[in-house]
This record gives sequence, structure tokens and C-alpha cells, in this order.
Amino acid sequence: MKRILPFAFLALLALLPGAASAREAAPTAQDVVVEKRMVAISEELRCLVCQNESLSGSQADLAKDLRREIREQIQEGRSDQEILDFMVGRYGDFVRYRPPLKGTTLMLWFGPFALLLVGVVVLVTYLRRRNRRVAETRAALSPEEQQKIDALLGRNDAGQKP
Amino acid sequence: MNRFLLPLGIFIVLVAFLAVGLNLNPREVPSPLIGKPAPAFELPQLHKPELTFAPKDMQGKVWLLNVWASWCVSCRQEHPILVELARTGTVPIYGLNYKDGRADALRWLKQYGDPYALSIADAEGRVGIDYGVYGVPETYVIDKAGVIRFKQIGPVTQDVLEAKILPLVMELSK
Amino acid sequence: MIPELGHFALILALLVSLVQGTLPLIGAHRGNSGGRAWIALARPAARTQFLLVVFAFACLTWAFVANDFSVVYVAQHSNSRLPLEYRLAGVWGGHEGSLLLWMLMLSGWTVAVSLLSRHLPDAMTARVLGVLGLIAVGFLAFILFTSNPFERLLPAAEDGRDLNPLLQDPGLIFHPPMLYMGYVGFSIAFAFAIAALLSGQLDAAWARWSRPWTTTAWAFLTLGIALGSWWAYYELGWGGWWFWDPVENASFLPWLVGTALIHSLAVTEKRGCFKNWTVLLAIAAFSLSLLGTFLVRSGVLTSVHAFATDPRRGIFILILLAIVIGASLFLFALRAPKVGLGGSFGLVSRESLLLMNNVLLVVAAGSVLLGTLYPLLIDALGMGKLSVGPPYFNAVFVPLMVPLLVLMSLGPLARWKHADMAAVLRRLTFALAAAIAIAIAVPLIYGKWSTLTAMGVLLAAWVAGGSAVAIIERLRAGGLGAQPLHWWGMHLAHVGVAVFVLGVTLVSSYQEEKDVRMEPDDTVSVGGYSFRFIGVREATGPNYRAMVGELELSRDGKVLRTMKPEKRAYLTSAMPMTEAAIDTGLLRDVYVSLGEPVGERAWSVRVYYKPFVDWIWGGCLLMALGGIVAISDRRYRMKKAAASAAIVQGAPA
Repeated sequence: MKRILPFAFLALLALLPGAASAREAAPTAQDVVVEKRMVAISEELRCLVCQNESLSGSQADLAKDLRREIREQIQEGRSDQEILDFMVGRYGDFVRYRPPLKGTTLMLWFGPFALLLVGVVVLVTYLRRRNRRVAETRAALSPEEQQKIDALLGRNDAGQKP
Repeated sequence: MNRFLLPLGIFIVLVAFLAVGLNLNPREVPSPLIGKPAPAFELPQLHKPELTFAPKDMQGKVWLLNVWASWCVSCRQEHPILVELARTGTVPIYGLNYKDGRADALRWLKQYGDPYALSIADAEGRVGIDYGVYGVPETYVIDKAGVIRFKQIGPVTQDVLEAKILPLVMELSK
Repeated sequence: MIPELGHFALILALLVSLVQGTLPLIGAHRGNSGGRAWIALARPAARTQFLLVVFAFACLTWAFVANDFSVVYVAQHSNSRLPLEYRLAGVWGGHEGSLLLWMLMLSGWTVAVSLLSRHLPDAMTARVLGVLGLIAVGFLAFILFTSNPFERLLPAAEDGRDLNPLLQDPGLIFHPPMLYMGYVGFSIAFAFAIAALLSGQLDAAWARWSRPWTTTAWAFLTLGIALGSWWAYYELGWGGWWFWDPVENASFLPWLVGTALIHSLAVTEKRGCFKNWTVLLAIAAFSLSLLGTFLVRSGVLTSVHAFATDPRRGIFILILLAIVIGASLFLFALRAPKVGLGGSFGLVSRESLLLMNNVLLVVAAGSVLLGTLYPLLIDALGMGKLSVGPPYFNAVFVPLMVPLLVLMSLGPLARWKHADMAAVLRRLTFALAAAIAIAIAVPLIYGKWSTLTAMGVLLAAWVAGGSAVAIIERLRAGGLGAQPLHWWGMHLAHVGVAVFVLGVTLVSSYQEEKDVRMEPDDTVSVGGYSFRFIGVREATGPNYRAMVGELELSRDGKVLRTMKPEKRAYLTSAMPMTEAAIDTGLLRDVYVSLGEPVGERAWSVRVYYKPFVDWIWGGCLLMALGGIVAISDRRYRMKKAAASAAIVQGAPA
């Protein structure tokens, strides 16, 4: 059956206008759907023997073996999570490019957003306090000083080039 | 406290971490299998392919599982140490011949000496995956109950043998 | 003999930079009366140091050109069969030589300051050149004591070990020099900041002086990163353009902080505010450059780019890092409390929007730094081993960029001091409507709806729309010609960001790929393009043998061209190299890479259709161009110090 198919396909193509003798190339993977899932999973995993490459991109022997393993497990009907657990069970959290959320990674996952929150809060309180202090400084100046500053700053505000 | 000292404080903490980091090896990954039962398998023996070997055969004994291959350059580095260890008879060493050709493997053992009680052939590297092998050579210490107690990644050196493996074997054999 | 001369020149350069890094600083501290002679030393010292480093660099280059394999570094990174252009670029193909390139850039920047600083007060110039001299002392000592490129190999090697095949690419010729120009260029902003802290004159004039330098460095860094990304794209054979590798992050961190710095310098110059913050950013940008150097060369993190590591180097550069950054942050802590506040402004104003921009950029940089160093932190605390990779960075970084892009249209339209947000939004109504329409239309045209894609397009169109509104308003007012160049530079760079965001969004949403097994005459089509496999033939290069595939690219039955992806085996390396064939177009790239032979006449072939991928680098190019346009502004040309100093003296303290 497998041998007949390409021929049948060829015959069909020959019927199409302009298709000439060209055949449609077969995918390298036996099963395109499995391959797609395999690539998606292996992009989340680190190749252990490489410098810093994902399992999907590496040409190392171990990476090839592990891709084969993932492919087989997909064919056996395992879920992505099960396959991920399989890998973590053997190589530890180190294989995951997306570290799991747990005690030691709380800082990693929430750090950036905590930082943003702190940044915004600090910014707003700083601006409020700053305005108050600027106002106090101004109040403490003599009218001439005030005028001089206004002139200097005003010139800048208007966008004129000194 | 001067709040302008904060950047300096953060920086000092960072430098401390970097200094510690200099002495760490980012490529050495601890095995999650330590403290867990050695994964089961049944594989043909290298010398007598008609016979098989399974970890459960070793129940009640402390033993070493050493992952090796004839194509592995650093295996040659640890080999004399293993040969010497085998001669003392302190602990049996079983070899897991990883992704190797049988003829190559046999020739290699003939050339450099055979410290193994027996070797098993993992031609496809599947058992290697179950054991989380990523850099040959690797050596596992397995206790009487069949639990992995220690894993050495890379060649066994005299230091590692004396400081870690032998004391552990002694303790486990009690 | 010549390598020894180079070595000697480096030693002399170290001695000269010791002079440059000490006496002018002391002279400036003593003031004009006692220190004038020492202040005057700064410029000649900087120039002498530059000439010595250039000479040393030329000596190393000569050793490469002449195939002098009695020099260890040459023997390790070159080969008699290596083409001349790669022997020249091979000078920076390894650790020692790339450090020398770093040094060459530093002395180049230093000499540029010495030549273009006639409008600065002499004491200021002396301080800036002095600080740069101290940095040079550190790096020259690092080179001489741990990484001497001139070390001899006796007896000499018959032939060299060859340059890593991955590096034998035009990318090596342009990417490192550009990147280092940027990295090292931030040392000027740093030196200006330290000089200002030392003198206690932290004012708007300082911001004006350091602004063009910072922008130039930033433009080079932008180009350098873009070139590296483009190189990875065509060289690695699968068309990825950013991998969040620690070393990439190390170059991205100074870029993020440098971008924040450019914006905050604008505020400091115009309005005299945020001086402390700006100084801190200037210190941070250069510190992150140094940190990057440490990460790349110490081996503390695993990266595809890592140099061969030697723990001595790691310790040396860590100490250097600790001294340079530690001392500057200490100086900052001493001086910052006395710095004035600057002019007042409302909670809603261009000033506060720019501060928000700074918060977002710095938080983004902090997140990238956190992700990059986290495996190290956890390991150092003995809490296990982790990897932090692209899935993490994408999940964290992208959301942080969204508010930044939203603000990008508002900032340039908001007024200084006090802005009326409702009015700004009214002016942007049309841009917003257009952006929404485009964001809905684009996914519909591609025939595949995705909310994320629409979001990306919306943001890109919004940013471009903001600039368009600003330009159109000026056009209506008839003042377009009167707009200063730095205004145009800003909008050019902002449009560059929009172009970049659009490129990233579209290529990640609509790229197609196929991995097929092809025999002669087989065809495969992707994205409307059809490839016919003609075959594979052997070819010989100067130092490699290649299998060259031939594929005929056509669209709608019309043959466009022949594409020739290669698989190369370099004579000195076992590693096969993939050379993809790319048909570049304004709206799409078509990308083919040759895999392995999978049968007698069959090969595995990967074909990709990558819409708008070149917009990623085009956007970066526009950003860099924006920077160049901005610094061409008349304002930054030679101007007597007195004029700018006058504004400053009156600012409220």
C-alpha cells in the first residue's frame, strides 16, 4: 500500500495542468502531527550535553535519542505533562527551560512583577514628595531669585536655544 | 540609612553571588534518582548475549554500576582506577556498555583490562535514559535494597573514590 | 620580533594609562591654580595610549596575516588556508584578541573625547579622560596578566588549529566591532557621570555633554545586537533570531538600560531634573557592559558563546568589576544626597511619562538579569540546578513591553511640566482608530485570526501612528523644516520600534516550515512558494568541502531563482556546518537549509516561509539611524562651555 500511494499521487498530479513531472516531496517525519508535538515539547527542554541549546535544535546523540523517546511516548498516547514528568524524573528540573513554579522559583516568577509594582509605587510617591519639596524650596527663595530661575527655566521650556 | 547606598548594597550582594558562582560547575547536574530505587531493566550480557542481567539480581548486595563505552575518551582515564578497585574485591562493579558496538567493546576490555563482574549491553541507550545518563562515564552506588545512593558524573578519580565512594560502600555494607 | 613589539607597546600603554588615570584627576581636584600642568597631561596621555594600543593591535593583525604560528593565539585561531578576510577578523575570534579589540575601542573612544572636547572646561575633560584612563589600566592589566595575545609557542606549530567554522562568516567581521563599539561606548557616559560626581557639578550641562556620546554608543550597540541576531538567523540553519542565551542577554541588558538612559538624559538636559537617577543609569549601563564581559569570559553560566574558560580570568575580572562599580556606586552614595531637584512638573507631564518609561525599561532589564543569573543564585545557595530559557523570558519580558509601547505614542505628544492627558488622547483618536482597523485587517488578510497577533499589530500601528500624528501636526503648523534634527531622530527611532514589533509579530504568527525528504525533481511548497529539488553536487572551498544543494524557487509557475543551500565540512573540524540559502524580500524571506542525505539520491531539506522577518533588523537599523540623526543636531556641535554653564548655575539647588 505504501508503495502504491506515491504512484497514485503521481498519476493524479499528471492530470493536473502545469504540474509536469514534479512530485510533492514527502515529509521527513513519519507522522507530521506527532512530529509537531515532539518539537513543541522538545523546545521546552534543554539538551544536557550541549552548551545551551534546546533539545529540538541539537544534533547531539543524546538529544536525538531523547527526541526518539518523546516521539515514541507520544505514539503510546502519553500526555505532554507525562512526558515532561518523565524527563524531569530522570534529569531533574535542570532539563526544563520553563522552571516549575515552586518554593525556590517564586522569586523568579513573581520577581519581575513585584519589581514593576515597587517601581510604580516608588515613582508615584517620589513624584508627590518631590513636588512638595520643590514648592517648599521655591517658597524659601527671595522674589528676585525666583524671577531669575523662572526666566532661565522658562527660556528652556519654550524650546528656545540658548 | 542613606537610601543612595541601596545600589551599592545590591551590587555587593551580586558580587558575592558571582564569586561563589566562580567555584561552581554549571554543567554538573545532580541526579533526581538519588534515594530512589534503581530503575528496573533486563538486558543481555556483553560477553554472553544469551544471558541477561537485571538489577534485582543484585538484591542484598552493595554494588557499583559504571556506564562506559569504547568511544568514550575519558573512560580510559578512570579505567585503571576501576581495574585496581576490582582487584581489591571491595565492591562488585557492573558495567553498562552504553551505545557501543559489541566487537569494539570486547576489544576495548581486552586492551585495557576488564574490571567488571559482568557488563551489560545497552546498544540503543534506553537504559541510559532511564538512569538519566548524559555524560559517559557515570558511576552509580546502589545499596542492598536496590536504592541509588550516589552518582558520579564524569570519570571516577582517586579522590572521589577514597573520599566518597569507598566510605559510602563501607557504610552501606554494614 | 613583531609580536614582542606588540607586547611591549601594551606594557607602555599600561604605563601611560596609569599616568592618564591619576595625574589629571589629582590636577583637577587641586583646581586650576595648582593642577593646571597635570590637567594638561590628560589629552597627550590619551593620544599616546591610543597610538600604542593601535600599534599593538596592528602587530597582532600582522601575526595573523603572516601566519605566524609561533604565537599561541594565532596558532589556536587561524590556519594557513584560512581566507585573508577571516584571518583579519580572526584577530578577535578568541578571548585574548577580542579583549584587545575591546581595549582598542576603549582607547578609540577616549581619543575621540580628547579631540572633540574643546568646548568643555579643561578640568572636566581631565576628569573624564582620567576615569577612562583608570578603566584602561584595569583592562590592560587584565590583558597583560591573564590573557596575553602575544604569548609565544616554542617550537612553533606547523599550522594553526583554525578558526571555529561557525565564526568563518562575514558576521564575524562586523558583529563584534559594532557590539564592542556600543558596549565600550557606554564607558564615556560612565566617565562623564563619574567626572560630574567628582566635581560636584551635576548639572544640565553635564547631561548635554554626555548625551551625544551616549546616543552614539547606543546606536552602535543597537546595530551590533541586530547584526548578531541576523547572523544567528542565517547561520544556524533554522531561522531563529533570538535565543535568550546568557551572552545575548549580556548585550541586551546594557541596551535596555542605555535606552532608559537616553530618555532620562533628555529630561535632565531640558529640565534639570532626575539628575541622580540619570547618573545612576549611566553607571548601570556601563556596569552591565562589564558584567556581560564577566559572564562571557568566566564560565559561570553555560552559553553557546562562552570562551574557553580559565578561573584566573574570572577572578581577575570580578575584582576589576568590584573595584570599578563598587567605587562608583560608593561615590554616588556620597554625592547624590547633595544634588538639587531641578524644575517642578505635574504628576501628568512629559517628565513623569519619561520616568515611567525608565521604570518599565529598568524593570525589564532587572527581569532579564534575574532570569539570566537565577540558575547561578539558586546553585550558589545550594538549592539545586535550574535552567531558565526562552519560554520564561518570553512569558515575562513581552508583557512588560506592552505598557512601554502604549506610552511611546503619548510621551512625545505630552507637554513638559504639565500635560493634559485628555487632550493628548484626543489628538491620538485618529491614530488609535487606524491602528485598531489595521490590527483587525492584518490577521484577516492572512486568514488566521489570533488575538495575540492582533495585539502585536495594534501596538506596532499605535506606535507608528503616534509618530505620524506628531509629524502631521507639525506639518500643518508649517514648522516641519524648523524641527530640530534630534526631534526627527526620536521619531525615526520610534518608527523603528514599530517596524521591529510588526516584524516580530508577523513572523512568529505566520511563518511556515516544512521538513521534507527530497529526491531530484521533487517539489515542496510553503507560503505560496514552490521549490523543485534539482540535486546536490560537491564543491570545494578554500578550507572546506561542501555539498551544495540546488533548488529552483518559483511562484505561480514562474521561476524566480535557484537557491543553493550548503552543508560544509571544514578540513580542521569534525563539525558539519549548515549554510542556509535565503531569498530576501521586503515582505518575506524564503529560507532553505540542507539536512542530511537520507537515501541514495534523497536529502532531507527544510524550507521556511518567513513573512516580514527582515523588518526585525530593519527596525533596529531605523532605531540606530534615529540615534545618528539625533546626534547630528546642531545643538551638540562645538559650543563654548560658558553658554551652557550659564543655564545651569541658576538651577535651584
